[in-house]
Amino acid sequence: MSASATVDERLAPASVVRRLLGRPELGAVVGAAAVFVFFSFAADSFLRASSLSTVLYSASTIGIMAVPVALLMIGGEFDLSAGVMVTTSALLSSMFSYQMTANVWVGVLVSLLVTLAVGFFNGFMLTRTRLPSFIITLGTFLMLTGLNLGFTKLISGSVSTKTIADMEGFSSARALFASQWNIGSVTLKVTVLWWLVLVAAATWILLRTRAGNWIFAVGGGADAARATGVPVVKTRIGLYMGVALCAWISGQHILFSFDVVQSGEGVGNEFLYIIAAVIGGCLMTGGYGSAIGSAVGAFIFGMTSNGIVYAQWNPDWFKFFLGAMLLLATLLNAWVRKRAEAK
Amino acid sequence: MGAVLAAVLGASLAGCSSTGGKRAEERAKAAEAGRPAVSTPRWTFAMVTHAGDGDTFWDIVQKGAKEAAAKDNINFVYAHDDQAQQQAQFVQNAIDQRVDGIIVSLAKPEALKDVIGKAVKAGIPVVTVNSGSAQSAEYGALTHIGQDETIAGEAVGTELGKRGRKKAVCVLHEQGNVGHEQRCAGAKKTFPGTMENLYVEGTNMPSVQAAIQAKLQADPSVDSILTLGAPFAPTAVKAKEAASSTAEVDTFDLNESVARDLKSGALGFAVDQQPYLQGYEAVDLLWLYRYNADTLGGGRPVLTGPQIVTGAEAAKLEEFIKRGSR
Repeated sequence: MSASATVDERLAPASVVRRLLGRPELGAVVGAAAVFVFFSFAADSFLRASSLSTVLYSASTIGIMAVPVALLMIGGEFDLSAGVMVTTSALLSSMFSYQMTANVWVGVLVSLLVTLAVGFFNGFMLTRTRLPSFIITLGTFLMLTGLNLGFTKLISGSVSTKTIADMEGFSSARALFASQWNIGSVTLKVTVLWWLVLVAAATWILLRTRAGNWIFAVGGGADAARATGVPVVKTRIGLYMGVALCAWISGQHILFSFDVVQSGEGVGNEFLYIIAAVIGGCLMTGGYGSAIGSAVGAFIFGMTSNGIVYAQWNPDWFKFFLGAMLLLATLLNAWVRKRAEAK
Repeated sequence: MGAVLAAVLGASLAGCSSTGGKRAEERAKAAEAGRPAVSTPRWTFAMVTHAGDGDTFWDIVQKGAKEAAAKDNINFVYAHDDQAQQQAQFVQNAIDQRVDGIIVSLAKPEALKDVIGKAVKAGIPVVTVNSGSAQSAEYGALTHIGQDETIAGEAVGTELGKRGRKKAVCVLHEQGNVGHEQRCAGAKKTFPGTMENLYVEGTNMPSVQAAIQAKLQADPSVDSILTLGAPFAPTAVKAKEAASSTAEVDTFDLNESVARDLKSGALGFAVDQQPYLQGYEAVDLLWLYRYNADTLGGGRPVLTGPQIVTGAEAAKLEEFIKRGSR
């Protein structure tokens, strides 16, 4: 035995390169760089500061939801109701304020409570029934879709909400959820800040708190986690309420930036959030992933969907390009991760 | 939880808004009671459309149909599905119920051909609305009521030309919708400048804004944006402001915020196909046929549009838009 073996190799401080290669978001970062370089050449206007701020806005609207969805996926579950839940929360704020002729902030608060209750319902049903999250949240997705339409029509007599822009509290709520700053030709939206804060908070929770360990443990294997004393039920319910909280933030952004909400919106967006999390390195099987990765994934999505427009490609092929770019980014991501793990 | 809810309700009472809201609407609303104006038997008319869930436009069509039904002493039943197969099934259901008249929209005409043939054979008068002007007579319908999408598009192209526009973008919010393609193609035909299509994800408003913004940033020479639905016009205005573009935004269809933006000059013009009229006339014409064997249009489609609405007219229409009939 050589002298070096006196130190256990698992305890030896890893080199910076090695630590970097072990991060789940590495593949996504390489993919993002590739997409960025690609569109820098393919589209003249892509590199302009104003264009990048558009991309950033687009990414942030996906990214705000991708953060909790990534955490949920690390915890081993899905939420198919995330897309319509955003619309639900926007509709709730708008209609409650309007019908009660209340200050807009009252509606915003009520919407927060109800949205969190929906998240709790998802988590509670999941842990109680032990049905797969796919089924539970598919049920919630359909119910919310129906409720959105049914209630909106019942209450406002039409399929979209009435304008609340002339009501008290609107401007201050808009400042919080939908304001923007112009710095030269660049417009920075407040959603970007929300996004950054959420990514930072989620990263802190995952890497520095006990709850973070619980999330990884539950996603890695719920029974083993339970055996070692991890509160599985609490963790899962908490994760679903996290999705609900972010759905509320996104919903308020949509309401206060577009004023009127259509009840049919949001369907299908849940997949965008899942795609962003998966590109960002979250495994479909749980137990592995990161919040930063979901942000990179959302950024790739923002670059791709707007880059195609900047490149002025024939719009008939829009969806095809989008799909191909996403597939390539994910493949590259997987390849890089494999190389990193082999080292 | 209970305490929080109580606190919220308390706050809602304390934090009342003195402007807007339902109270304002109720104050403004005049009593409009619908009572039959005729003494004909209570016939049943069924309306089956290709509307998706939560479509603002079809809501207005339905409103028109319902008000005509109230006046004509008609029992009005409505069904809709954006899947053609299901729509055909609904028409079949109406035939099975032996209704006294059927109103149907022909967005996917081929899928409905057989079932409309069945209705005609069963002696039920059929009126087609909105889309399908080309197939209506051929399938045996009495009349078609609606806007010809190509003609509507052409009117827009001409109007844009009159306004001295050079480069326009036609924003399609539903990929694969034939009517939308026809509108943009019609506009392109009569527009003296160049016009490009831009497809956006209509169910995701922020992405609609980002896509329009991206387009304007990519091509600063674009001087007008045409949206195909009222909810997308204010979003296009936002995108234009964010991209600091001077392009004029114009739109198809009306709603409250479009009326407001027309008045303020944020929008150039709106093209209205008067959806209320499509529902109202369809019911009324079926009633006239039953009562008096009358038909309208002489075998040709009865056009309900395009009507170009600008700032001045918008002010006049606002109260009708607010009550949901324009």
